[in-house]
Amino acid sequence: MIRFSEEQAMLLDTAREFCQKQSPIDAVRQVIQAGQPLDETLWQTMVDLGWLGVTIPEIYGGLGLDLADTVPIFEAMGRQLLATPMLASTLAAQVLITNGSDDQKNQWLPKIAAGQIATVALTEANGSWDPDQITTHLNQSASGEMTLTGGKVFVLDAGVANVILVSALQGDSLRWCLLDASELPDGAIQREVVIDETRRSYSLALSDIPIRADQVLPGTAFKKIELAGMLLITAEMSGGLDGVLAVIVGYLNTRKQFDRFIGSYQAMKHPAVDILMGSEMTRSYLYHAATVWRDETDDGIVESAVRMAKCCASEQFSEAGDRGIQFHGGFGFTYECDAQLFLRRALWSQYQFGDERHQRQKLSALLF
Amino acid sequence: MNENEIGEFRSGVRAWLQDNKPAAPSFLLPETFMEVGTDQQFEFLRRWQQKVYEAGYLGMSWPEAYGGGGQPQIMQEIVNQEMAAQRVPFVPNTIGLNWAGPLILDMGTEADKQRYIKNILSAEDIWCQGFSEPDHGSDLGNAQVRAVKDGDEYVINGSKIWTSLGSYAKYMILIARTSNEVPNKYAGLSFFLAPMTAHGIAPTPIKKLTGEYGFCQTYFTDARIPADCMLGNEGEGWSVAMKTLMFERGAVGGQAGGLSMMDLNINDIVELARRATRNGRPAIEDPLTRDELVKLVLEAKGNAVMGSRARIPALGGTYPTAVAMSGKLRSSELKRKMTRFAVSLQGANGARYISEDALDGGKWQRSYLNSFSGTIGGGTTQIQKNILGERVLGLPKS
Repeated sequence: MIRFSEEQAMLLDTAREFCQKQSPIDAVRQVIQAGQPLDETLWQTMVDLGWLGVTIPEIYGGLGLDLADTVPIFEAMGRQLLATPMLASTLAAQVLITNGSDDQKNQWLPKIAAGQIATVALTEANGSWDPDQITTHLNQSASGEMTLTGGKVFVLDAGVANVILVSALQGDSLRWCLLDASELPDGAIQREVVIDETRRSYSLALSDIPIRADQVLPGTAFKKIELAGMLLITAEMSGGLDGVLAVIVGYLNTRKQFDRFIGSYQAMKHPAVDILMGSEMTRSYLYHAATVWRDETDDGIVESAVRMAKCCASEQFSEAGDRGIQFHGGFGFTYECDAQLFLRRALWSQYQFGDERHQRQKLSALLF
Repeated sequence: MNENEIGEFRSGVRAWLQDNKPAAPSFLLPETFMEVGTDQQFEFLRRWQQKVYEAGYLGMSWPEAYGGGGQPQIMQEIVNQEMAAQRVPFVPNTIGLNWAGPLILDMGTEADKQRYIKNILSAEDIWCQGFSEPDHGSDLGNAQVRAVKDGDEYVINGSKIWTSLGSYAKYMILIARTSNEVPNKYAGLSFFLAPMTAHGIAPTPIKKLTGEYGFCQTYFTDARIPADCMLGNEGEGWSVAMKTLMFERGAVGGQAGGLSMMDLNINDIVELARRATRNGRPAIEDPLTRDELVKLVLEAKGNAVMGSRARIPALGGTYPTAVAMSGKLRSSELKRKMTRFAVSLQGANGARYISEDALDGGKWQRSYLNSFSGTIGGGTTQIQKNILGERVLGLPKS
């Protein structure tokens, strides 16, 4: 059963309109070319719309809605390949809402709602973000002083972040540490080259960073954050699929070869329909996962629904991007063809929080 | 009916079905009403329909005057739901119950209703359909079987194909060409409730790829049928046929109910994966098999969530008709993949066929071969993709 709230329906309309206006494909290319870590004017407009506070409780200056209610916003942004720190900030806010103390929430959530940038640092150089596989440690000396040691990669928007939430192990247990970016040593944050050029990704070197007790979050929940990340990225991917399909259909309807529109060839038409079906299924799984996220209390059901959605999106979006290149023929091999923007976005998204093979492996254990 | 009455009625139906569901016979039952191929299968299913009708669970909303129950439609819907839930056999007279019957009630004469309706319900008279022709596939408007008026009879010549239950049917809903002297091909068609007992009508069973029978090609050689078995007027056959298709597709209500096929869902495949063995071990323990199984579960679940989203107009998206128009494509392809996978779950024994040695008597092998009826019948998967490409994506015609 899929349910769609009034809030979601309203956000869907606003977000579509906003993203279409702010991020036509020319603007996406300009953002890539400029290489700036942040478009501050655009960011301020999004903050003014209240988007950064959608999931933040009202007592901390937000709207107090469910994370699932932001799905239409992320879908609309993905449709237009609009990359801003909203993904990072929303996810970081989830870490604080789920695991933070009252003081930590008081200190940071109102700022995040007002546009200060927050991010999460989960994945490590070995390619894992799983608490069983990470090596960043929160150590405690005999005199009780704590330090954080290790390193993170794929930290979105760290270059402009005010606060970074880092997953680490204390002994064998997962802990969340809150780093004020201004307190980090010079050179700790380095820009990474990633396949999706719309993203701003950074590595984070952590060598004996002193940690005060008030920087450690009392809560230790991790899976919920991982699933939240999957849900938001799936929303972006669902939008991206719609976007790349539009690029494909546009080309099949205008490009002629041998005196015929290439869309009249069944060799193009049938795979285009396969992409349509993949897109429709992804979007259905997305809103199913959002419904379950909001309404369901059984953790296993939530996990299955979100993983299924991420699995479907990963497979279908990357395939659509791949076919999108091929359908453009020689033009598809050039940087000028917009299909590459979507393929690169698809590849980046596919590997965040696990591709389809990863998800199927997890689902296999959850389902039977 | 209030909720209490509905609940009470539902539990009564459930209890009756549980008490009266026939034990599985020693032979394989067909999978759909279109696949009935032996007298043994036919008699078993006809007896079941009689029993269901006598219990008052078929045609519940049809008028009492013609043998129906005269009850609200919701009761029949509850019965249908419970039949599916209890997985009882289907009833064989689907064409009569759900296509021809509603059509006769809608536009037949009083005499038609008196003559046909009760025996449709009781399975006394089996009905078949004469729409498709060998040379015209699904192009119904181009039907070429000729019907020439001669006194108070029509003389029929030509042949129809894919006549399900042709060998058992007493009547056929038949579309035939009564004139070529009309402005367009559709205006030359007329619709008949033709008696299969007429001289010169010869249903000839077609052997399917499964090795079974189940369809006929029906030959008409100077077959004479009474002129008064025409439904509607001469030249109105196309619109009557379209009305029939509305009933067939469930687009309008009024059907007598009952199941028309054996249900197969993904849980059956998961269950089979636990029972079937590959290389001496349960198939479900093999990691590669598990992965394939997850893929199928994802496709099945994906189809279900697509249906759920399609019911929310605000989530229609860029292509709001895509889900509804692709239902047949998706469900038939899924069934083909599920049954093909079901055979593969049996490892070396996947090579067996209908026999005692085969797992479940070979029903999975047969089911896979039969699954092509879904991916071919009613417009092949490839034609469906053309239609979706052109009508949903707006691509140029092939």
